[in-house]
Order: sequence, then C-alpha cells, then structure tokens
Amino acid sequence: MSEETVLMKGNEAIAHAAIRYGVDGYFGYPITPQSEIIETLMEAAPWKTTGMVVLQAESEVAAINMVYGGAACGKYAMTSSSSPGISLKQEGISYMAGAELPALIVNVQRGGPGLGTIQPSQADYFQTVKGGGHGDYKLITLAPSSVQEMADFVGLAFELAFKYRNPAMILTDGVIGQMMEKVKLPAWRPRRTEQEIREQCPWATLGKTADRKQNIITSLELDSAVMEKNNERFQAKYRVAEATEVRYEEVKCDDADYLLVAFGSAARICQKTIDLARNEGIKVGLVRPITLWPFPTEVLHAYGGKVKGMLTVELNAGQMVEDVRLAVNGQIEVAHYGRLGGIVPTPEGVLASLKEKVVH
Amino acid sequence: MDKNQIISPENLVYAKPELMNDNHMHYCPGCSHGVVHKLVAEVIQEMGLQEKTIGIAPVGCAVFAYNYIDIDWQEAAHGRAPALATATKRLLPDKMVFTYQGDGDLAAIGTAETIHAANRGENIAIIFINNGIYGMTGGQMAPTTLKDMKTSTSPEGRNTQTMGNPLKILDLLALLDGVCLATRVSVHTTAAVKKAKRMIRLAFENSMAGKGTSIVEVVSTCNAGWKMTPAAANDWMVENMFPVYPIGDLKNI
Repeated sequence: MSEETVLMKGNEAIAHAAIRYGVDGYFGYPITPQSEIIETLMEAAPWKTTGMVVLQAESEVAAINMVYGGAACGKYAMTSSSSPGISLKQEGISYMAGAELPALIVNVQRGGPGLGTIQPSQADYFQTVKGGGHGDYKLITLAPSSVQEMADFVGLAFELAFKYRNPAMILTDGVIGQMMEKVKLPAWRPRRTEQEIREQCPWATLGKTADRKQNIITSLELDSAVMEKNNERFQAKYRVAEATEVRYEEVKCDDADYLLVAFGSAARICQKTIDLARNEGIKVGLVRPITLWPFPTEVLHAYGGKVKGMLTVELNAGQMVEDVRLAVNGQIEVAHYGRLGGIVPTPEGVLASLKEKVVH
Repeated sequence: MDKNQIISPENLVYAKPELMNDNHMHYCPGCSHGVVHKLVAEVIQEMGLQEKTIGIAPVGCAVFAYNYIDIDWQEAAHGRAPALATATKRLLPDKMVFTYQGDGDLAAIGTAETIHAANRGENIAIIFINNGIYGMTGGQMAPTTLKDMKTSTSPEGRNTQTMGNPLKILDLLALLDGVCLATRVSVHTTAAVKKAKRMIRLAFENSMAGKGTSIVEVVSTCNAGWKMTPAAANDWMVENMFPVYPIGDLKNI
C-alpha cells in the first residue's frame, strides 16, 4: 500500500509506522500514557498481513529481553513504555549496547520520580542521554515534536540503530503521544527475508551455516585487556555518530537576540512564545535539538557567540540545560525554565521567564 | 595391537561429537555440565539441526556454553534466557531454540520469565541444571538448596524458617497448560546418561514440532561447591537430592 494521510494520536502513529516500515517484532507491557501503541498493534493484527509478531510480555524486563533476542537475530525488534517501565528496561538497554544490538525503544515520558503521575514530563533526559543502565555507553536518542515525527522517526531510529549496531530511543512524552494531528504515514515496505538479513547482518544468530563461523551475541568478556578494546571500539563508534548524525531545527534564529532551546513538546510551546515575544519587539529564536544524543553542541556553541542570552525550556527541573551550558561554555548566560511533575508550561509562562531571567 | 591399529577407523566405538570444539573447558572436574554439554551437542548433530539451532546461554557456570558447542548462541542477562528464546522462536519459527540455565538463573532471578514463557507454551526447550547451589559465584545458597544444606550464604545450613524451602519449580511448571514435557533426569550413571539424552532429544523434537514448552531438569552435582570428591558428590546427590527432586516424568504429552 502507498502513503496515506490520516488524523491520529502520536502513539497510534508509532504503531502504524512500525507495521509499514516492516518491523518484525513488537514486545511490550501496558503503561499509561502509551498503551495505545500495543492496543493499536493488536487491533491492526499485522501478523495477518506483514507477519509482524506482536506480543504482550509479562513485564517490561521480559519485553526488553525479548527485544534483545529478536535483535540478536538481525530482526527489526522494538518495545515501548513510559518512564517507570523504562527504568525497568535499563538492564536490557545496557546489555544491548554491550552486545552491539540494534533495536528501537520508545519512551512516552510521564512525571516522576517513582510511580509519579501519568501526565507529560521530560524528566528522563538524564536517564536517556547520560547512561541509564550501567557501563560506558550511549543511546541514539530522537525527540519528536509532532505526530508526523513520531511516524517518521520509527524508520530513522532503525536506520541509525543498524548503521551503528546500537539501540536507539524515541524520547517523547504524554503530550506528543496523546495529541492528534494530521500525519502522512509511509508506504508499506516488505519485511526482510532471512536471506536478506543474513547478507545485511552477518553477525545475526540465524543458525550457523557451513560457510561461516558460529555467531555469538554477548556483552561478556572476562579479559580486561580485551574488554578495554571493546569499549574503545564502542567509543570510536560514538565519536563517528557525534560527528555525522546530529540533527536539529532552527526557528527564526537569523535575527534573534535571544534563543530558546527546547525539545519535543516544550519546543512546540516555545514556537508560540516566539510570536508572543516578537509582538513585544523581543527578537527570539528557537533551536530544537532533534537528536538529544548526539547533541547539537557545535551549533549551540556558535550561537553562544551571536546571541545575548539563552533560555532552555524543559518539562523538568533542569537537565538538558547542563548540555547547553557545556556547549556554550560560558560565552553567555544560559538560564532554565521548567515545570515539574506533569505540569506543562504555557507560552506566556515561558515568555515571563525569558523576560525575568534572560532579557536585560 | 599397536597404537595405529587401535586408532584405525574400523575400531572406532566412540567419538567426541563434531559440534564440541577443542576449547579447554572451564568446568570443574566431576561437574555435570560437561556431560550435559556433550549430550546437547550429540542430539543436535544426530537430529541434523546444526544450521537450525540457536542456543541461549545463561548467567552462571554455563555462561560460556557458547565456547564449547559450535552453533549460534545468544548470551542472556541473568534469568532472561526464556524471554530471548521467546522472541527468537517467534521470529524464526522453523528453528530449534533452546535455553541452558542453572537453578539460580531459572528458579530465582528468572522465575517470572520461566513461568510465563512456559505458560504461553513457547515452542522452546529448556535444559535446567539443578545442583542446589550457585557455582560460578562461589557456592552461595540457591532457591533449590536443600534444607539444612550448608553454603557460603547459609553457613549453618539452610534454615527453612528464615530462608525458604527448596523450590520445586519443575512441579510448578508441570501444572501449566503450555508445557508438554516436564521431566527430571540425572547423569551420574551410564543408564542415567542414556535416559537424559533421550529426554533432551524429545525436548528438541517438541520444539521443532511446535508442541509447547519442554523442560528437562538435570539433577546435578557441584562437587566443588559442595566441597566433595566427584564420586562422593554423586552418592550425596542420590541420597539427598533425589528424595526432594525425584527422577522421572512429571508430564510428557
């Protein structure tokens, strides 16, 4: 089937995009505010059309380890959850980073800590881009700010995950997951055949044939000297991604005196703030990091030499602001505005904070 | 008869399975793992499944199973092997997928994954080594440790009032509708080894036939952890383990 334009929730867009991209397996466990992803998949019943497996696991821990098993076979395997469930998945994410397995994890964030609330939040930024699980690893992180990007980033995440043999995350929140927008869904792609996977992923555990050595998917290496080499290989891979995969959007930055820096739902709110500020004669622009790792450090460093001040806007107590400050490296002041615990900031609230903290 | 006559092909009565490679095994002399590895390799070879088999290794002494049997392997996080096997078999339904797990891996940290994979009737085989102790980490108490048995974390013996009772997880698994085979074997005598091999083969056949989940529990020795000679460990197992974990089929349909 070809492209199709429909009105739907962000969570539903993820599910339909996965089927159309040719994903082989989804393994999940219900949690608000993302249960529409597995519900949409079960309703669509793709095992009858593409052959995609959809399985409700007994826990988030089991689900992420099913993803590990699927990814080890070179399959497109994915899971989704929300903040408390993503905490449970950290074991599997670390193991996949260590075993160099490509997969997609979707986090539709809600307010924490603990069981927290079911309302939107961006408080898992640190968990996502600074580690989350144990060990020195990085998680490719895409932050959609529209339902269209929810659909588009499914394919992009798999593309990057397989390019770098590393797990990738779509880090979104209850706003983008629950809101309805017009979205153009991609054309259907056939799932890859076993032969195609054998050619594209010579490392995959599909059964040892006579023409190759056994494939072993593991993160274990007891010889520290070899383990250091493995880590150096991972780090070299991360440096390549940092040099080539940074994605961001600039909105009205050309003549801006001040910059807002925000991702995902916060960036949508900031777009309105730009209009409010410009109506008052304050020239404000927005830099929206799309990849949270790798982070758009260079572009923010360059703006540090051009604008008078920056305000990061986040649905948390100040997390991405640390990376913005590292990028700006003291050239100008970088302030933070955030609402906590599931409260979504208003455009007016952002403007008031901008005037209070940055515009002097 | 000189050496060359002895090793001539027509005099061959026994050979190492081709799937067992020449890597030096890390298992302690007397440990049951070596025998069970050989049986797994023999069965895969005899069934002609080398190109169709994916093994899932545990955390514990058998973490390095992939170093000895020449097939494709995935190494799981502690206890999660049945989750990996679930996805692998669902995504590759024409393959033979088995896990190889110890008692700590399967019956403690991986209890949920084990029970739910079995309850779904995943078409996988589970080889379950029950030696009543954590071998790899140096002899700590396992969920299957016997009452009053001394380990490094139950130095005065397992007190069932405070430390729980030996977990007969195969009895639990046998109750589940998804399970087609739940059987206990051992490898301490020639006859026992032959029986164990037949049950491993049946488990692998069940996986290929899509009959549901098969669990072959191998009541085993850990003579290093038990601090016994291999011969004494076998005797101790017969005397003390078998009454709690009786050999035989709990379910075979």
